[in-house]
Amino acid sequence: MDLFEHQAKELFAEYGIPVPRGVVAHTVEQARAAAEELTGRVVVKAQVKTGGRGKAGGVKVAADAADAAGKATEILGMDIKGHTVHKVLVEEASAIAEEYYFSFLLDRANRTFLAICSAAGGMDIEEVAATTPDKVAKVPVSAIEGVDRARAREIAAAGGLPEAALDGSAELIEKLWAVFVDEDASLVEVNPLILTADGRVVALDGKVTLDDNAGFRQPEHEAYADKAAEDPLEAKAKEKDLNYVKLDGSVGIIGNGAGLVMSTLDVVAYAGEEFGGQRPANFLDIGGGASAEVMANGLEIVLSDPSVKSVFVNVFGGITACDAVANGVVAAFQLLAERGESVTRPLVVRLDGNNALLGRKILADAALPGVELVDTMDDAAKRAAELAAAGV
Amino acid sequence: MAIWLTENSKIIVQGMTGSEGTKHTRRMLASGAKIVGGVNARKAGTVHEGLPVFGTVAEAMAATGADVSVVFVPPAFTKDAVKEAIDAEIPLCVVITEGVPVHDTTTFWAYATAKGNKTRIIGPNCPGIASPGASNAGIIPADITASGRIGLVSKSGTLTYQLMYELRDIGFSSCVGIGGDPVIGTTHIDALQAFQDDPGTDAIVMIGEIGGDAEERAAAYIEQHITKPVVAYVAGFTAPEGKTMGHAGAIVSGSSGTAQAKKEALEKVGVRVGKTPSETARLMREVMQSR
Repeated sequence: MDLFEHQAKELFAEYGIPVPRGVVAHTVEQARAAAEELTGRVVVKAQVKTGGRGKAGGVKVAADAADAAGKATEILGMDIKGHTVHKVLVEEASAIAEEYYFSFLLDRANRTFLAICSAAGGMDIEEVAATTPDKVAKVPVSAIEGVDRARAREIAAAGGLPEAALDGSAELIEKLWAVFVDEDASLVEVNPLILTADGRVVALDGKVTLDDNAGFRQPEHEAYADKAAEDPLEAKAKEKDLNYVKLDGSVGIIGNGAGLVMSTLDVVAYAGEEFGGQRPANFLDIGGGASAEVMANGLEIVLSDPSVKSVFVNVFGGITACDAVANGVVAAFQLLAERGESVTRPLVVRLDGNNALLGRKILADAALPGVELVDTMDDAAKRAAELAAAGV
Repeated sequence: MAIWLTENSKIIVQGMTGSEGTKHTRRMLASGAKIVGGVNARKAGTVHEGLPVFGTVAEAMAATGADVSVVFVPPAFTKDAVKEAIDAEIPLCVVITEGVPVHDTTTFWAYATAKGNKTRIIGPNCPGIASPGASNAGIIPADITASGRIGLVSKSGTLTYQLMYELRDIGFSSCVGIGGDPVIGTTHIDALQAFQDDPGTDAIVMIGEIGGDAEERAAAYIEQHITKPVVAYVAGFTAPEGKTMGHAGAIVSGSSGTAQAKKEALEKVGVRVGKTPSETARLMREVMQSR
């Protein structure tokens, strides 16, 4: 889960990392009040979980409270790379002497952590690394050894930070490491990290990605979830413990196993090319169990998406037995009927693997309305795309 | 022949007494794998599923001669379980557990490295390894496929089963599910090299998915070191940017980690990449029939 800048900075502040004073504003009036409270020059910053805000016009300096209100009017509601701005961070303006870059992140390829530090901050670090790699220090950090003050100072020096910024940076980097480890983050990034005119080192921006797998020991992370931006279907699926991602096509997908479901989306999109570009409507992995209840919940979520014109249930019985899945589908129809819902769109089912013949027989015998059995994944995808095209 | 897991492998199960551990211990036993015991510090000295329960991996190894451990303990305890296996220097540790925090995985990997990598770690968040007809360590259904001469390495469990099923008449030497997490022990490259060195393997199926650059690195490795034919499949062409698709590691970030980039990297070094799992199986069938 990615955090908003203001959340990242609140977290930084908890760890004693210097950040500018700031207030979150959801309305123009709140932005004006925030600027009045902060006094003097302020910066109004769009809160969106994407990069390139500055270039898009989402970060503006304001001379006073009235100006801040004007700038907030411009920024609130703005679309930045598909993200609507619902709130701004109003911050005291900093007297910037120099701008640097710093991050801790997960280095998947080398299976370790990495500190990235550069004296060339404030811009796109990937671009700096591509054009002038010698200006960017990439220092592997062992998960066991970690980062103490001395190591932090070495990293800052390796990044080419000047002597005047080393002590302040070392202290800040050591604390960022604490954030990274104690909060189970896979990324903490400060760009820019600044040296102020009066010689302090401050985190002027903040980006944090938290590991969802660590939720069991980070219960307070739940509060960071951006419920407003969540797709309503995704939120509903999450309540039912389903692994669902909303997409923009017309073929609803239910399958077992993340890899197989990902592959099913591709195969449907590929087959859909023949039928006016039909595409998958969602990702839904019902996992290994596939009980009647899980199947019913899955069908309910998928069918409550009005853009779904057909549904493709693609199951390979590995540990899951296909007869259990077939019984799940039959029971799901009953359960949905009991809930006052009915399956109004065609369902293409492909069952293979463990007890496939038995599963197919159960479905054939049940003769559920609108349910078709197709033997192979490719043919089933084609049929589902064809039905979706006919249903549009 | 097979890689890493043979008919002589003696397997212990860490977390055998839990519900998943119990279920899959039964399945592994039924498939003919040599399971020789379990590990649970609180139940040491008891018998579970007819097998002795030991207090530590080291004790279990001393008493049974075990050389493979399969880990089913919950995510909160996985790091310590794997470190225990590393301390005992068991040659192979297969971590099935899903949902392990990436800091924990990175920590036990650093620990393994510091200890000289004497333990091969597969996973976490993987289905394990099966050498059809010989042994089975994990949750891969043993009866999908026959023993044969294809090697398979995959990030995904169900796609592994799909390919095993489609090529069941030709058969496999070993099938390795390396897992879908951002940090994993054994990589595509490790498995490719092992299959290259295995006289019982003639050709290799490699299954990848979006996220990271493991497939690109595997492609570079294939060009330099692998002479056996490789057929590949990559899942996730339709995945939107920034969304995690089921597996914790399956995420496209910006322009990196895309299925298209992976496919191109593999094709560039002469690896044939199937558009669907079934087409991938057909490509492999052609390879095996032309031999």
